[in-house]
Amino acid sequence: MKVTFPHMGNLYIPLRTFFENLGAEVVVPPLSSKRTLEIGCKYSPEFACLPLKVTLGNFIEALEMGADTIVMAGGVGPCRFGYYAEVQREILKDLGYDFDMIVLEPPQGHFWDLIKKFKYITNKKSFKEIYLAGKLAWKKIILLDRLEKMVNRIRAVELEKGKTDKAYKKALNLISNARDEQELAFARQQIEKEISSIKKAKERNLLKVGLVGEIYTLLEPFVNFNIEKQLGELGVLVERSIYISQWVRENLLPSFMKSKEPEVLAKLAEPYIPCFVGGHGRESVAQIVSYAKQGFDGVIHLLPLTCMPEIVAKSVLPMVSKIHSIPVMTLVLDEHSAETGLRTRLEAFIDLIRERKEEEEFGVLSWD
Amino acid sequence: MRIGVPRALFYYMYYPFWKIFFEALGHEVILSSPTNKKILKDGLEFAVDDACLPVKVFHGHIVDLLDRVDVLFIPRIISIEPGEFICPKFLGLPDMVKSSIPDLPPIIDSNLSVYKNRKDLIGHAKSIGTDLGHSSRLILKAYTIASTKFNSYKKFQISHEQLPLDSGQKSFFDSNSSYFSRHKNKCLGENTLNVLLLGHPYNIYDNYISMNLITKLQKNGIKVITPEIIPVKNISAGAKNLKKRLFWTMGKNIIGSTYYYMDCGKALDGIIHLASFGCGPDSIVGELLERKLSRNRLVPFLRINIDEHSGEEGFNTRLEAFIDVIEGRRRN
Ligand code: SF4
Ligand code: SF4
Repeated sequence: MKVTFPHMGNLYIPLRTFFENLGAEVVVPPLSSKRTLEIGCKYSPEFACLPLKVTLGNFIEALEMGADTIVMAGGVGPCRFGYYAEVQREILKDLGYDFDMIVLEPPQGHFWDLIKKFKYITNKKSFKEIYLAGKLAWKKIILLDRLEKMVNRIRAVELEKGKTDKAYKKALNLISNARDEQELAFARQQIEKEISSIKKAKERNLLKVGLVGEIYTLLEPFVNFNIEKQLGELGVLVERSIYISQWVRENLLPSFMKSKEPEVLAKLAEPYIPCFVGGHGRESVAQIVSYAKQGFDGVIHLLPLTCMPEIVAKSVLPMVSKIHSIPVMTLVLDEHSAETGLRTRLEAFIDLIRERKEEEEFGVLSWD
Repeated sequence: MRIGVPRALFYYMYYPFWKIFFEALGHEVILSSPTNKKILKDGLEFAVDDACLPVKVFHGHIVDLLDRVDVLFIPRIISIEPGEFICPKFLGLPDMVKSSIPDLPPIIDSNLSVYKNRKDLIGHAKSIGTDLGHSSRLILKAYTIASTKFNSYKKFQISHEQLPLDSGQKSFFDSNSSYFSRHKNKCLGENTLNVLLLGHPYNIYDNYISMNLITKLQKNGIKVITPEIIPVKNISAGAKNLKKRLFWTMGKNIIGSTYYYMDCGKALDGIIHLASFGCGPDSIVGELLERKLSRNRLVPFLRINIDEHSGEEGFNTRLEAFIDVIEGRRRN
């Protein structure tokens, strides 16, 4: 059995660890690329949302490399994601691929089902083995989240251009290659040392921008044109609102292991969107309010074209932005989005918030 | 009080219930005009850019009601079948309207959710009634009248194959209701062509949006069958063929009806799917539908995507070509 799964940012690192530690052969699809997108779009329904198309491309590329078992997450609605696997399976079948598709449905009290599926994939490993493999994978997830946060903080102020990304690449390799918890702990020390040794410029008026929106477009640098890196290069400190750990918590872990934090956060969205609207629509709004309260200078809202929960969010943003006086820019992404267009809009937005910040700061002193 | 009910989205499913309920509470129900050019224009102007056409049209209906009502009725419809949803946009509908249209009258945005239990419809009625300041006794009474009549109307709709299609200014419910109380059986021509028309009720029954699709088909002597007149148990039986339960009620109705007809071998001459441009559920459901149908190739299939730019001429041409095909097949 050759197991594969879709890409979403660095998620492949813990997933590979998990399945390999359980003795499965893993085919990691090539990182999402133009080709992935092209094949994905070619065979997907035209009006499907972007993540369906790109992940379909991942599957095809993995099947071409010999994978025969696709592991995909499911869901119970109301968003499309919960039915992705069903459509993708039909498309791949019609294309003539021979494969098995295992859909991990969110464990609403059926955590045991999930374990059973893992047992099947990994040739009946014991619960303990699954637990141990899961534990290491989870630790990697936590470290990856930490790493991404550190990198975003430092990239904006590095003295020597490109230093942070070099360290980041190296760190990903270290995490990826760690075979047990000891090695991972060692990797962590090394990474922290390396990153803290990057020389920083003293920046007094550093701009802070939050990133919110649909989870896949936030986490997958290929579809968002590596927006975090781009902003960092523009000298902006970026904070992303969602990390892989959160996705795993929401989609794969049993409910007693979920953190309470999202519920508390959702309260912030109450005046605008008081109920769950699917996906992270309500959370996007809540995060914007939270960023405004933390004194961020602006927020960028990302969503794929036709994304339902985020369209609901988008419709209330003008009000949120006004009431909390925080500039918000929405970027709608699809297969036709171009990097140059995105760069121009980013630069314009950064200019705008920079001016605004300077006005705020010097405005008080001017007496003309 | 004058309560404004937009003639859009859930109107085609729940209007009879709400109308009876509000009237039993002593209110006047004001319906927006049938969709027209101005409504569409207002919808496009006020709704958020990326919304689908039906949601935009809904915004237009709200604008149409603004000066004529004391309160607006925009329920938050979460679920109308246990374990199922409608669509994320229905979940956020009152929020979208509130932030997109200025100077709104008070809004009743009670939740309607039977996600856990079919009986929770009473909770919906209670919260509307309380918002309007009525006593629980009166609310309960109005609810009993409304739900009894609504349920028998639904049954009537299926047994007499009454499509919820408005005629002129008159609501489908008002024009059907005298008929409804007489309970006469409608005679069906035996040698007609049968076409299964699939799509969200607010697309297929909105004469403006659907460019009179149903009337056009009927004028050609075609009998139009829609999920609304197919017995629920048949739809459920059809939907059981899916590997995984479909969690959108309207999507389930579409797929369930198709599978039911395909599997029971009932004589269908054609299937039409009227989908909204940019509709999330339609993109998934339409794909499953097309794949299933193209594997069997038993029934001619026409898929029409509508958006605000759809022209009637091209639409008619495609429709006529389709009718030619199914008529030709019948003759052979
Ligand atoms: S959240 Fe948006 S992108 Fe994700 S499945 Fe739903 S509609 Fe598609
Ligand atoms: S189901 Fe489709 S058409 Fe209806 S509101 Fe949702 S996205 Fe729009």
